[in-house]
Amino acid sequence: MSVEQVRPVQGAALHRGRFGRLRRFEPASLIWILAAAALLFLVATPLVRLLISSLQATDSGAFTIGNYISAYGHVRNLEALGNSLLYALEVTLMSALMAVPIAWGVSRTDMPAKSLIRALILGAFITPPYLGAIGWILLAGPNAGWLNRAFMAITGSQHGFIDIYSFTVLSLVTALYAFPYIFVFTSDALDRVSSEMEEAANILGAGSFYTVFHITLPLVTPAILGGAIVVFLDTVALFGTPAIIALPARIRIMTLQIWQYFEFPVRAEVAAAYAIPLIAITLALFWIQRAILGRRSYVALTGKGGSRTLTPLGRWRWAILGYSLFVVSLAVILPYAALAKAAFSKAWGLGFTLANLTFTNFYTLLSEEGARRTIVHSFTYSAAAGCVAVALALLAAYVVNRKLMPGGNLLTLLCMAPLVIPGIVLGIGFYAAFAAPPVALYGTAAILVLGYSTRFLPIAYVNCAASLRSLNPEMEEAVRILGGTRLRAIARVIVPMLKKSLLGTWLLVFIPATRELSTAIFLVGAQTRVISVMMLDLSENGSFEILAALGFFLLGATILIVLIGYKVIGRDFMLRRS
Amino acid sequence: MSEQETGKHSRLSLSGLSCTYNSVKAVDQLSMDIAPGEFISLLGPSGCGKTTTLRMIAGFIRPTGGTITMDGEVISSPAGSLPPEKRQMSMIFQSYAIWPNMTVAENVAFGLKLRHIDRATTRAKVEKMLDTVKLGALADRYPAELSGGQQQRVALARAMVIEPRVLLLDEPLSNLDANLREEMRFEIRRLHDVFHFTTVYVTHDQGEAMVTSDRIAVMNLGRLEQIDAPHALYTRPRTRFVAGFIGRTNLLEGRIAGERIAFDHFDLPRGVFPQEGLAASGAVVFSVRPHCISLHRDASASDQHIGVEARLVERAYLGEYWDYVVSPAGSDVRLKVAAAPSQVFEIGDTLWLKFDPQQMAPIEA
Repeated sequence: MSVEQVRPVQGAALHRGRFGRLRRFEPASLIWILAAAALLFLVATPLVRLLISSLQATDSGAFTIGNYISAYGHVRNLEALGNSLLYALEVTLMSALMAVPIAWGVSRTDMPAKSLIRALILGAFITPPYLGAIGWILLAGPNAGWLNRAFMAITGSQHGFIDIYSFTVLSLVTALYAFPYIFVFTSDALDRVSSEMEEAANILGAGSFYTVFHITLPLVTPAILGGAIVVFLDTVALFGTPAIIALPARIRIMTLQIWQYFEFPVRAEVAAAYAIPLIAITLALFWIQRAILGRRSYVALTGKGGSRTLTPLGRWRWAILGYSLFVVSLAVILPYAALAKAAFSKAWGLGFTLANLTFTNFYTLLSEEGARRTIVHSFTYSAAAGCVAVALALLAAYVVNRKLMPGGNLLTLLCMAPLVIPGIVLGIGFYAAFAAPPVALYGTAAILVLGYSTRFLPIAYVNCAASLRSLNPEMEEAVRILGGTRLRAIARVIVPMLKKSLLGTWLLVFIPATRELSTAIFLVGAQTRVISVMMLDLSENGSFEILAALGFFLLGATILIVLIGYKVIGRDFMLRRS
Repeated sequence: MSEQETGKHSRLSLSGLSCTYNSVKAVDQLSMDIAPGEFISLLGPSGCGKTTTLRMIAGFIRPTGGTITMDGEVISSPAGSLPPEKRQMSMIFQSYAIWPNMTVAENVAFGLKLRHIDRATTRAKVEKMLDTVKLGALADRYPAELSGGQQQRVALARAMVIEPRVLLLDEPLSNLDANLREEMRFEIRRLHDVFHFTTVYVTHDQGEAMVTSDRIAVMNLGRLEQIDAPHALYTRPRTRFVAGFIGRTNLLEGRIAGERIAFDHFDLPRGVFPQEGLAASGAVVFSVRPHCISLHRDASASDQHIGVEARLVERAYLGEYWDYVVSPAGSDVRLKVAAAPSQVFEIGDTLWLKFDPQQMAPIEA
């Protein structure tokens, strides 16, 4: 105690002796300051660096707006921007068409087999979009795709009926893995609409379907829009699916153009200039989403105590079930069937013969040193990123919640900022800020771990902040009044009490990190390859068999982790809206 | 825990203590001295500043004015505040704040561990304390397996086992059901009689404060209205607020005119009142408790000077007593009178109302 720093009391010099002991510098403050500094380093540095390089000439480093001119002066780049927006719009509309009826069926009707549908939607949710896209190449390749072959065999036609390398099918395949977002938002809102709202319409003479379209759906429109904006943003920033489908189809997409600036000759400054508007778009849409959801007018009005009775659909329940099954078949059952066929085949295009059956693909995957290392990398980096993100998010949420530092809002902003940074932009920012000296992290595991941590920091922060809010501050005050410091309160009471939700948060970072592609693509080095990047390479080489085997491996691991999560944390931890 | 520990019980002084949030004065110029081993309640309606005061004493809130002194050492002032963990106090929270991740014994041992007390001593102390609060058999249970009353006892044990210099309680009984609340009041007082910790108890329930406290500090709008022993607070309230807040009362407004005190349509001789606290002239307000007025069919000759004719306007039978409302003849004043169940009168009866001047407390007008 004697060595503790005593800050001078301004304007109260006379009292210094008396009060000196009171104005001690809490040693824990150092930890808050370090956490804030780490956040600043991780989130602000890449963004600032990106902004600076977008304004620098490639060779001299002098100030210029030339990068913006070269980025937006090209017709093909403008076309890519337009395509990206159109692509995102199509995907959003298709996703809404898929998600809303299913959400209504699951949440408010007596549709059968709800848990099956929910499980399969979760399946679509945990499928990396690029893996689904590869499944769809196997299904809808112009001539060799299984759907087209079946079509030709049945009809005797010379051509298939569906072409994966087209804009519409690109959108469809993307939507199949994006619609769960809208589903989660919508069914969450539908679960909260009191049946009394519908009954009030019924008693006034409205039929069931009239009620759905005039009462129920309008009530949840803000939630649908909220989910739709997430899908739109996700799609604008999507890299994997376009890389697999749009690239061979020669459809120009913005994220692909950015990536191509990193092929020889590397023009990182132009890429930076081209990427900055992506942040602006994201920011604007997020603001709109907040405005829509922030009104909370509709659903919150129902308040507590509203009971929920399910609408009986009679024979129509089979129709809604049929539609749900159709959508989840397209998203999960068909592509995984095609992938399974490939994974167990010597050559995926050959028929279903015993001679074609093999386990070699799995064997190759597990025996080859490089492949094995890649798998280990993915899981260890993701695990580490989960820890870093949860630790930082918890500290930041704690500092903000307990108002330990001035400018708490700034910390929240820092933690939430990666939400508006598309993964590919974050990747470039990290590359620009940390790859070169003085930080010189290029090719290290650290840059990937930090990249993942930053990318998924908002998920971690939102969850940590929510669980801290749920904790009565008296739990912590009890520690302090008995003589424990803040740090002891965190270690002995807060962390043990929030164990489950912290583990859940960790999983919510870990799972997406294992398949993260768009950030990783810029940050991997020769010695730090991860699964997602390996899959992209395999797809470029056309090695779909090994790729499919790898996809199953990833899927199996993910399902295992999700199941453990269910066991430990309780159902629904993934399909919950937060 | 006998004589040698009583020395540790601290004297606490609040002096001009204020706390202002966004220009709202939550606590305004509060001063009081709490003697070592004394049990003080801070009593008042919600928002009166009692919890803020307690949290300033605990060190969770820094005052914006005034000081808190413990055994002569300033521990809180606008210039700085000793953090809670350095105050050697302990506190019982409204939610109990029993840590669900630790067993009952671990909860109770927590403060001792922080004080680096060896394991054998810790175990002995925890055992003894759990026996004292009648939880000896539940030492290895987790809090989720306990009832509300048992959790309350864990909180008490955890707070007392460290032998705090000051024990703070923040509405500890408000989450219990009525019967248990009744029982725990006496339990808290019993434990104070065993350990004699200097105690500050925050409550909005006058019954709790009356049962547990040596003295009660009644607070309103951030200010101290009156601090006194429960009996004095009831019989000699000094402000309108205290008179109305502690028990039921009638406020009689009058004016001193020479040797008489004139009320609405009746008067009483000034000489029958105790002279202490009574102004020489001018307006005066008395607090008269309902059971300090008696009702009679007829005036007896001897006490005619302290009575007045009245009409019964309302009545309610409450089992333990009659609740009557009477108005002195010709007056609109409504007086609540409590009478024994055997004293049955009908609405409209004309009765003789007798005051007891010894039990009429003059309060600040």
